[in-house]
Amino acid sequence: MTDTTAVAPRQSPLASLLRHSRHVLAENPVTSFAFALFLLILLAALFGPQMVPYDPLASNTAQTLKPPNAQHWFGTDQLGRDVFSRVTVATRLDFFIAVASVALVFLMGGLAGVAAGFFGGWIDRVVGRIADTIMAFPLFVLAMGIVAALGNTVQNIVLATAIVNFPLYARIARTEANVRREAGFVEAARLSGNANWRILIGQILPNVFPILVVQMSLTMGYAILNAAGLSFIGLGVRPPTPEWGIMVAEGAAFMVSGQWWNAFFPGAALMITVFCFNLLGDGLRDIVDPRRRT
Amino acid sequence: MTVLLDVEHLSKFFPVGGGPNQLARLKRRLSGGAERLPKVYAVDNVSLIIKKGETVGLVGESGCGKSTLVRALTRLIDVSGGSIKLGGRELALKPARVFARDRDRARIQMVFQDAGDSINPRFTAFDAIADPLRRLRHTRGKTLKERVEVVAGQCGLPPVLLSRFPHQLSGGQRARVGIARAIATEPDLLVLDEPTAALDVSVQAVILQLLQQLRRDLGMSYLFVSHDLSLVRLLCDHVMVMYLGKIVELGPARAVFERPWHPYTQALVAAVPRFALEPQPFGRCPIGASDCKSKAPVLRRIGSRHVACHFAEEFVVQRVGPVHAAQATRQI
Amino acid sequence: MTAPPALCVDRLSVEFRTRSGLVRALDDVTFSVRRSETIALVGESGSGKSVTAYAIMGLLDPAGRVTNGQAMFDGIDLLAASPKQLAAVRGRQISMIFQNPRTALNPIRPVGRQIADVLIRHGKVPAREAPQQAVEMLRAVGISDPGRRASAYPFEMSGGMCQRVMIAIALAAKPSLLIADEPTTGLDVTTQAVIMDLISDLATERGMATIFITHDLALASQRARRVVVMHAGHVVENAPTADLCAEPRHPYTAELIAATPDSAASLDDLAAIPGSLPDLRRTDLPPCRYSERCPRKTELCAQPLPQTAVGAEHIVACWNPLPAHVPLKLAIGAS
Repeated sequence: MTDTTAVAPRQSPLASLLRHSRHVLAENPVTSFAFALFLLILLAALFGPQMVPYDPLASNTAQTLKPPNAQHWFGTDQLGRDVFSRVTVATRLDFFIAVASVALVFLMGGLAGVAAGFFGGWIDRVVGRIADTIMAFPLFVLAMGIVAALGNTVQNIVLATAIVNFPLYARIARTEANVRREAGFVEAARLSGNANWRILIGQILPNVFPILVVQMSLTMGYAILNAAGLSFIGLGVRPPTPEWGIMVAEGAAFMVSGQWWNAFFPGAALMITVFCFNLLGDGLRDIVDPRRRT
Repeated sequence: MTVLLDVEHLSKFFPVGGGPNQLARLKRRLSGGAERLPKVYAVDNVSLIIKKGETVGLVGESGCGKSTLVRALTRLIDVSGGSIKLGGRELALKPARVFARDRDRARIQMVFQDAGDSINPRFTAFDAIADPLRRLRHTRGKTLKERVEVVAGQCGLPPVLLSRFPHQLSGGQRARVGIARAIATEPDLLVLDEPTAALDVSVQAVILQLLQQLRRDLGMSYLFVSHDLSLVRLLCDHVMVMYLGKIVELGPARAVFERPWHPYTQALVAAVPRFALEPQPFGRCPIGASDCKSKAPVLRRIGSRHVACHFAEEFVVQRVGPVHAAQATRQI
Repeated sequence: MTAPPALCVDRLSVEFRTRSGLVRALDDVTFSVRRSETIALVGESGSGKSVTAYAIMGLLDPAGRVTNGQAMFDGIDLLAASPKQLAAVRGRQISMIFQNPRTALNPIRPVGRQIADVLIRHGKVPAREAPQQAVEMLRAVGISDPGRRASAYPFEMSGGMCQRVMIAIALAAKPSLLIADEPTTGLDVTTQAVIMDLISDLATERGMATIFITHDLALASQRARRVVVMHAGHVVENAPTADLCAEPRHPYTAELIAATPDSAASLDDLAAIPGSLPDLRRTDLPPCRYSERCPRKTELCAQPLPQTAVGAEHIVACWNPLPAHVPLKLAIGAS
C-alpha cells in the first residue's frame, strides 16, 4: 500500500481537467456541437480580419446592393462593401464585447457578492443597496443612459453591460458564499492557519465559480445582444465600424425593398452566436464542477 | 505527566433577545449596551486539565455546550471569560479572528465529524492535507509532497488516492484524509469531534484503532468528543460529562461508566443500548449484576418505600430513576 | 403460538435505473411479521433495509422498480395493488415513521393540523372533532401542554418532540403495522431510550406489529423479538433475538456483533469487517454477495443462496454457516 516505487504521478489539475472535459464532450453531443461552434467563432474572431477577401471598410459604388453571388458570398451593402467580410470582421468586435463584459461583471459582481455573503454586516448592506438601485431601472434603459452620458465607445458599452448585470452576479455569489460560510471546510481552513481573506479567495471563490460560469455563458450572449440593441438605436459603435448590430440596423431599411441579405447575415450571425453561448453554459458547468466527475 | 492544557473558569455566553428591530437595537445601545441583555451560558465556568499523552472523553447530549466548548478550546470562537493555557502560555486573550496566524495554531488541531463536509469539495486529498503544511509550516515543493505522502501513509491512504476529490472517496477514506490533515503539523492536542459518527460500524473499528496507534506513535493528547459512550469507554483514559454548560462528572472512564454517581451520568449510561439476549429486566440498569439474572428481585420494604432491587440498600440515597431524571429536567 | 402473519414479504427484488447502470438493490428478500410482533431489520448503509420499507409502502423513487416478489398484507399484494387499494391501506393500516423528524414534517403547517389531517382522511373522524382528537394524540405520545403545542410549528420543537409528533401522526389512524425507519438516529441517547419506550408501549397497547429498521444491532436486540440481518440487498439471517445474539450462524452477523463497541472489552477487541460492499451495478455479482469478503468461503458458495433452517425459526442464507454452540470469539475465522 505504501510502496514508494509504485507511486502514481500526481495528475496535475490541468491534465485531469482535460481528461474530464473529453469525457463530458463524448457523453453529450449537444455540448460538443456547441463547443465546436464556439471554436469556429473564436477562430473567426482571431483570424477573420486577416483572412477575409475584401477590405470591410472599402466601399465600391459600382457594386452596391448586389445579392449573394460567387464574388460576394453574402452580397454587398448600400456602399458596395462585402457583407461577408464585414460579418466576419465584426465577430472580433462582438466577441471582445462579450468577453470583456463578462469578465468585468464577474470581477465586480462576483467579488462584491462573495464578500457580502461571507462577511455580512455593512458590506452586505452596501452591496445590497447598490444592487437594488441598479435593479430599480429597466435594464436596457439604464444601459442606454450610461452610454449616452459617457459617450458611445466600445469601453462604455462594455461598462454599461457589466453594470446592468451586476445585481444578478452579486446576488448569486452572495447566496453561495453565505451557504458555505458555516461549512466544515471553512472551519478546517481556519484551523489550518488561513486568514479570512485567504479563505474567501482560496476556498469560497473556487466553489462559487462553477455556478457563476453558467451565468457567464448566458451573459455573453446577452452582452452581444445588448451591444446590438444599442447600435440599433444609434447608441452603439459608430459607423463605419463593422458590428453586427449596426449592420442589422442599417440593413433593416432595405428589407422592405427586397434586399434581405444586408440585415439577414449579420442577424443570423448574432443568433447563432447567442445560441451557441447558451448551449455552452450547461456543458461548461459539467466540466468545471468537480462533483460531476466520476 | 506534564500538564498540556489547563483550562480555568472558562465561560462563553450568547446574548439573547433584543430582536432584529433596529429601533429596539438602538434603544438598547443607548441605554447601556449588550451587558443589559439576558444571556445564555453555553459554557458555564468549566475547568479541566489534559495531560500530555492522555485521552480525555467529553460526553453530553445536544445543547449541553460541548460544541461550544470545543470551538473555544480550539480558538475558533472567542471566550467570554476564563483562561486557556497551552503548555503554560495563555491563549484565551488573543481574538479568534487573528489566531489563525498565531505561532501555536499548529499545536491544537481538530478532526471533524463529517469528513465530507470538512474538506473543500474542490480540493483534492493532497490539497486538503497540504493546506496546514503550507500555511503553518511554510513547506513547499518537493518537501511538501514528501511530507504529505508520509502523513497519508501513516493514516493508511495509498498515494494513488491523493489526487482524488472527496466525492470520489469512500466514507472511511475521507475520514483518513481528515485525520491526515489534522496530524500533518504534529499537534500536541488533537480534538476529535465524533470522528466515526458518520461511518458504518464495519469501518469504525479500523479508524479508532488507527487513532489509537497514531496517538502512541506521535505522543499526542486527545480530546474525544462523542455521544457514543461505548466508544468513549474503549478509547479514553478519563471522561467528562457535560450538561447544560457545566461539567457534572469527571473521572477515569471505566469507573465512571461502571459506577456513575451523578444522576445525569446514570441516565446516560442507562440509556445506552446494550446487547440483550432476552428482553431484559435490567436492560437499561447500570448495575445489572449476575444475581439479577438468576434471582428475580422481590419487592421489599426499605424505610418508607418498597423497592424491587438486590442493591437497593447501597443506593437508597443516590438513586434517582435513571430515565426519569432526564425526563424531569426538560421535556425531551 | 403462531398467529397468522400481518405482513408477509416473499422474494422481493428491486432494481434502480441510474446513469451509471442498473443497481440491483434488493434480491429475493423474504421475511414476515406477525400481529403484535416487533421485528428488527438490521444492516449497514447500502444493505437495502430502507429500500425494503419504501418498496412495501409503494414509496420507491421513480427510478426504482419492483422486479419480483410479493408483499401480502391483509389478503392483498401491496406490490401489485392498484393506487386506490394502496391509498386505502397506506396511512390507515400500515404507517411509517422516518429518520429525520424535522424534515419529515410539513414545515409550514402546525403539528396539530398535521395530525388532524390524518384523522380526517384515514380515521374517518368528522372535521369538527379532529382538532380535539389531535390534542389527545399529542398527549398520548407524551407531549406536555398538548393544547398549546398543537398550534406550534415543527421548527419550534426539539428533535425528540418532532419525533413524537411523527409517531402521533403515524398512529392516529390506528394502523395494525408500523414501519419505523431509523427513528432515533440523530437523537440523543436519552431521548432515544424514551422514544423507543414510547413506541414499544404504544405497540403493546394497541396490538400493533412493528418493523424496526436500524443499523444499531445492540438497539435492535433490546427492542425486537426477532432480528432480520441484511447485507447488500440480501437477507442473510433471520432469527429470534436471543438465538441471533448468542449464536449467530452467518459470518456477517458474527462480524457485525464483534464490530459493535458494546461487545468489546478493549479497543483491540473491536473488529472491523474486512472488505467492502460489492458494487451492486455489477452484472457478475456472485449469488452470495458476502462471499467475496467472507473468510469461510467454499466452492459451494458459487451456487444460488440456500435458505437453511438451523433451528426453530432460525434461517441462515449460507452454505457454510458457523457451527452452533461455538463461543463468539472463536467463531470468526474458524473454518
